Amino acid sequence: MLSEMFLKLWHAGLIQKGIWETIYMTVISTAISYVIGLPLGVILTITDKGGIHPIPWLNRVLGVIVNFFRSIPFIILMVAMLPVAKFVVGTSLGNKAMIVMLVIAAAPYIARMVESSVKEVDAGVIEAAQAMGASNFQIIRKVLLPEAKPSLILGAVISMVTILGYSAMASTIGGTGLGQIAISYGHQRFNPDITWICVFLTVLIVQIIQEVGTAIAHRTDKRAKQ
Amino acid sequence: MIELKHLCKTYSAPDKEIHALEDINLTINDGEIFGIIGLSGAGKSTLVRCINLLEEPSSGQVLVDGKDITKLPRKELLLLRRSIGMIFQSFNLLEQRNVLKNVCFPLEIAGVDRKTAEKKARELLGVVGLADRADSYPSQLSGGQKQRVAIARALASDPKYILCDEATSALDPNTTRSILDLLRQINRDLGVTIIVITHEMKVIDQICDRVAVIDHSRIAEEGKVSEVFTSPQSQIARDLIIPRDRAALDTRNGRKIRLTFNDAYSREPVISNMVLECQAPVNILFADTKEFEGVIYGHMIIELPADPKQADKILVWLKNSPVEWREEV
Repeated sequence: MLSEMFLKLWHAGLIQKGIWETIYMTVISTAISYVIGLPLGVILTITDKGGIHPIPWLNRVLGVIVNFFRSIPFIILMVAMLPVAKFVVGTSLGNKAMIVMLVIAAAPYIARMVESSVKEVDAGVIEAAQAMGASNFQIIRKVLLPEAKPSLILGAVISMVTILGYSAMASTIGGTGLGQIAISYGHQRFNPDITWICVFLTVLIVQIIQEVGTAIAHRTDKRAKQ
Repeated sequence: MIELKHLCKTYSAPDKEIHALEDINLTINDGEIFGIIGLSGAGKSTLVRCINLLEEPSSGQVLVDGKDITKLPRKELLLLRRSIGMIFQSFNLLEQRNVLKNVCFPLEIAGVDRKTAEKKARELLGVVGLADRADSYPSQLSGGQKQRVAIARALASDPKYILCDEATSALDPNTTRSILDLLRQINRDLGVTIIVITHEMKVIDQICDRVAVIDHSRIAEEGKVSEVFTSPQSQIARDLIIPRDRAALDTRNGRKIRLTFNDAYSREPVISNMVLECQAPVNILFADTKEFEGVIYGHMIIELPADPKQADKILVWLKNSPVEWREEV
């Protein structure tokens, strides 16, 4: 039995809008986070001891910055970063501001995901490329990233699901989407069924992201196929 | 020509220095197949990596065609590496690229356009006998096939030299033979100088012209394979020709003699003659013959009779015979 409230929200198009906003925020935030996190992850890998271009001090500095942001709980980071959001997009409210905060939280996380994926690439293959006279940039572009691709895609799926979770939290301080509907219509107006419907829809979105992502990663991977 | 002069490589560990290579001097001539043999940990992998500067020597010179490459700026070093192909024990193919694209890889790096690169790659796959596997991925190939792809890839940039780092150590004996035959053929047909690193004597005697034996970071001896095989000067060379554990199979106290036969005696019943003339029995512990360039060489380890008189008789007979021998300790 669906409550009147749900039907009202559905007919008003709020539920549909919530789904769309959740997906939109997640996808945009993931994309922007990767623009920052991917190069950062690669730099963390290659400047590390045993990497193709070790720069210990840079690696240390970046590592500390990444760890700093990763160790702050998102809900606190979000509040602390409101001025930054205001500086970047001109407002500390609404989805634009939320995206800024999601990126600040997710980019360091993604950098570590990328780092662990790229570090899986067999050192022998990198050595072979070096022996052929490949420059470090060529090694990154033609060896590290392509060879790590399936693992990078799986990492992107995990990151995306994490960001989806963050985006729901962001609704507590002014974001929109399913999280906001759950809080303002479900929790604050005592409609547990609205909350549960939002939970169900979120789970559904996560499932779809996970399944599609895993399928793409599997399709891309040339290692196990016969 | 590749010349290594007073090459040293030292790694510094927290509490001590590790000397991986000490005063290595070698000359590798154009057109030959040069073997470097040693037990694991002897320093041979470090040595081969000094030739293309994957490892930077601590001191000494690496001269490639007369030019000291340790002094090259990085850009020129990258260019030079294209003229030195390398194959590895674990093949090191790009798993996410098909066979054709793997062979194209060095050409891509050199900025060759795709069409030309693919044409060249297909030719080379023909050379290594894998023309029909161009679209396969490495995971679909056997070890031997992977190494063939790696060889085609190493040949793509028309190298003057190919370095083989334990290239057959992961392969079964038959596959090893076919890969070594392929390397031999490439050396003969394309005139590529090949440097082979291995711990297996059979690899050396199957394809190498000259060999250097490396032990404890130093060159223990060096020479033509047939010479090193017939009269090894160092203990390590003798151990590699007949592994010590096999020579020592017999733990009884009998004195052991190692005999080396060159071509003239390898076809004669030397031991039979010795036993008949001395009227003393000997125990054969190990025997092996090998062929280099159509000439047969043999090694044998015999145990002298326990009776000192009989043993002396045999030693006297050996001293008067033209057979090369030495007592094993």
